[in-house]
Amino acid sequence: MGIPFGHVLALAAVVTALGMLCAVARRNLVMILLGVEIMLNGAAIAFVGAALRWQHLEGQAFVLFLIAIAAAEVSVGLAMIVTLYRRTGSLDPERCRTTD
Amino acid sequence: MTIFTILFYAIAAMIVAATALAITRQNLVHAVVYLVVSFFGSAALFYLLGAPLLAAFMIIVYAGAIMVLFLFLVMMLRVEADQRPVFPPRQIVPAVVIAAGYAVVSGMMIYLDPAGAAALPAAQADPAQFGAYVFRHAWLAIEITSLLLLVALVGALVIGRPAPDPEDA
Repeated sequence: MGIPFGHVLALAAVVTALGMLCAVARRNLVMILLGVEIMLNGAAIAFVGAALRWQHLEGQAFVLFLIAIAAAEVSVGLAMIVTLYRRTGSLDPERCRTTD
Repeated sequence: MTIFTILFYAIAAMIVAATALAITRQNLVHAVVYLVVSFFGSAALFYLLGAPLLAAFMIIVYAGAIMVLFLFLVMMLRVEADQRPVFPPRQIVPAVVIAAGYAVVSGMMIYLDPAGAAALPAAQADPAQFGAYVFRHAWLAIEITSLLLLVALVGALVIGRPAPDPEDA
């Protein structure tokens, strides 16, 4: 192989930073949820690289659970977005400040 | 410079480019499709790093199920095109500060870590061996995850229910 382990971690860090930028900067509920997905993807890359670095399957097992938790998070998050869209008629988080 | 090294850097460049394009799109459908490309790149990277089963799961669950769910929602809601800038000035400053601060700290950690310079060995986790490992050492976590998925299913059903009429209440 010959790839330094640090380069895999650097890729994971860049992907996670991009996800963070997306989740904080975008003013759209769908894009915020997508940003969280990108951050989870960055964590998965770091775990798989670490599993190969130390020749241990623990890291890969963790990514398996990470994928399952991402699926659960997305299903609940999208249901919440649909509910908010029904109430406010837009995907703008600024308009979710309802008093009732 | 082996074929693995070239493949790794090509896939890494593809992931970063597709993700960067995805987070800057105004059109949500374009963003989701770019992210599907990014997740396909992640799956190829997992295969390269010796996790073929996780590469298959990445395509089936992430690129297949999760992204199709997003696409379904975007098509269902039919949101009008947003004319405002992609990154509003009020949000871009804290976002860049947080993301850049994180990138600097993790970059320093990677640079200063003596284990980081070690070249990765070539190895492949056999899917059967990986499955046996998971069910032998993490069976409780599997049960908890299945329970979590059930709770998420019920939660999504309850949250997504239409609001009751005020007159009935």
